[in-house]
Amino acid sequence: MSSYIKRPNRALQLYAVLFLIVLYVPVLFIPLFSFNDSIYVRFPLQGVTLKWYGELWTREPVWNALWNSVKVGLVVSVISTVLGVMAARAITRTRMRGKGALVTFIMMPLVIPGIIFGVALLVLLSRLGVPLSLYTVGLGHLIICLPFAVATLLPRFEGFDPSMEEASADLGENGWWTFWRVTFPMVMPGIVASLLLTFTISFDEFIMAFFLTGTDPTLPMYIWGQLRFPKEFPSVLAMAALILFVSFALVFVAQWIGRKGLEEQE
Amino acid sequence: MTPSDRFISIRSVSKRFGAFTAIEDISMDIGQGEFFSLLGASGCGKTTLLRMLAGFEAPSKGEIFIDDQPMSDVPPHHRPVNMVFQSYAIFPHLNVRDNIAYGLRKQKLASTRRAEMVEEMLDLIKLPGYGNRKANELSGGQRQRIALARALILRPKVLLLDEPLGALDKQLREQMQLELRALQRQVGITFVFVTHDQEEALTLSDRIAVMSGGKVLQVDTPAGLYETPRTRAVASFIGTMNFFRGTVRRNGSVMAAIEAEGLGTIPMATAQLTKPDGAPVQIALRPEKFSLSPKRPEGGLAVEGRLRTAAYMGERSQYYLSIPGKAEPVAVSAPNSHRLMGGHDLPEGQALWLSWSPESIVMLDID
Repeated sequence: MSSYIKRPNRALQLYAVLFLIVLYVPVLFIPLFSFNDSIYVRFPLQGVTLKWYGELWTREPVWNALWNSVKVGLVVSVISTVLGVMAARAITRTRMRGKGALVTFIMMPLVIPGIIFGVALLVLLSRLGVPLSLYTVGLGHLIICLPFAVATLLPRFEGFDPSMEEASADLGENGWWTFWRVTFPMVMPGIVASLLLTFTISFDEFIMAFFLTGTDPTLPMYIWGQLRFPKEFPSVLAMAALILFVSFALVFVAQWIGRKGLEEQE
Repeated sequence: MTPSDRFISIRSVSKRFGAFTAIEDISMDIGQGEFFSLLGASGCGKTTLLRMLAGFEAPSKGEIFIDDQPMSDVPPHHRPVNMVFQSYAIFPHLNVRDNIAYGLRKQKLASTRRAEMVEEMLDLIKLPGYGNRKANELSGGQRQRIALARALILRPKVLLLDEPLGALDKQLREQMQLELRALQRQVGITFVFVTHDQEEALTLSDRIAVMSGGKVLQVDTPAGLYETPRTRAVASFIGTMNFFRGTVRRNGSVMAAIEAEGLGTIPMATAQLTKPDGAPVQIALRPEKFSLSPKRPEGGLAVEGRLRTAAYMGERSQYYLSIPGKAEPVAVSAPNSHRLMGGHDLPEGQALWLSWSPESIVMLDID
């Protein structure tokens, strides 16, 4: 008789499978209908086509919106990762008062609804007379991405022996060189993971962009705009399918690199 | 004192972390080329003191001089010292060669000269041909040697070692002790070595500072610490020691004696005994200073005791005997070069005579 701790539990297994199905089936409809030869999203399917993808290819505003999202995503991921490295290093390497409260504050945007941040930023920016643009979208994304960057980088900094940096100082290197010769290479997997994760978050983000976009839409904003036109809907589905695929791929790569780095260190 | 005896000079150094005092007013000197150990239980402040020598902690009070230079304002990366960390801190993203050459960047050497120096170090630590290995392909002993090489290649004035043998198993440890001692003689650099292992400290060191509660209890040579400890704390930290309370008995100015619990009256030279008649003293005797015999030995000092337990330890045996007038049993260590009464399994309660010579008695400060 094996103990209940190790015994397989049929009911739990079934629950887990059902859970995953309920979670992902709606998402799977998107790529499914993007190949459907009809502008109406309804069963039965009307036959397989790639024409929506072809149509997508020729539409100029799609490419503009995509490029806008990529630009914002790149800048936001780099800035939030740099800030994340600084924060994670400060949190793990210095003795300071109120560290716990500080970490909570940094992580707060994870639980504060984006709509509140969005409205707050919109009010603030319009008071200050700052025109809405991709810069304001980036600012909003930065707030959302920073806790993800810190959460990704903190375990890397916690995981490495502080005497590594002391050894470098002891061997004659100042803080700057110690960072580039020891700290940076050792947290590199965390940095890559953080860049990929924050880029993905920025790329997909809608609420902040909804409040803070000026005349240049990001890709999610563009998709939102197209939903009003039923004729455009299938190509929106095609685009959504592509975005889904790229996002999944990026998150998987980020996770994989992060884990691989941790294993190497041990 | 010559300047080379004060190569490292620690003057009235204290270190506080908030309300906790890690180091309390320590002053001592370490000579050039010395193998000097800081010995104590964990939390005694030995590592804090080492980290202050390295520059990772600043003294709250006092000053440390190395080669006559005050160190207060010198950051770790400008100090003429290098350290071997307890965890070795081998950089995992670099191979052995780049680890050893890490500190050479600022010396702007030709790459051939640098490679030559690394090869010399690899020979010195007996790991030739290991240059391309990655850190995670090395054993504990090899990492320890790489950490040594990485520090020694910079020719520091002082090498600091923080329990470098702590992570190794017993056999490798003993081998590394011998190698470390030989290496220190070869390079002639001052070593400051932190350990909690008294045997290791005795084997390796020219001198040892025994530390406890942030203070230095005694600084002496290994033999000095073992044979003439000044306090009970030092005596019991290093090896096994039997302690006896006693009282001074004086009969005029020429003859003096100690009336000790369980041992009776022990005559002492007056020079050794400066205290007045009736003063309490504490004396100590190492287990191996006693001799055991089945019959009362002729002449000399002896008392009869009864065997409580005996432990056979290979080349010697440890006996515990109870003697009248003393509560705790007396530990006696005897070599097994000849069998005591023809066998090592003496029955409990066996009567045995303990004898000793007055010269082997250690007078302790009452603490």
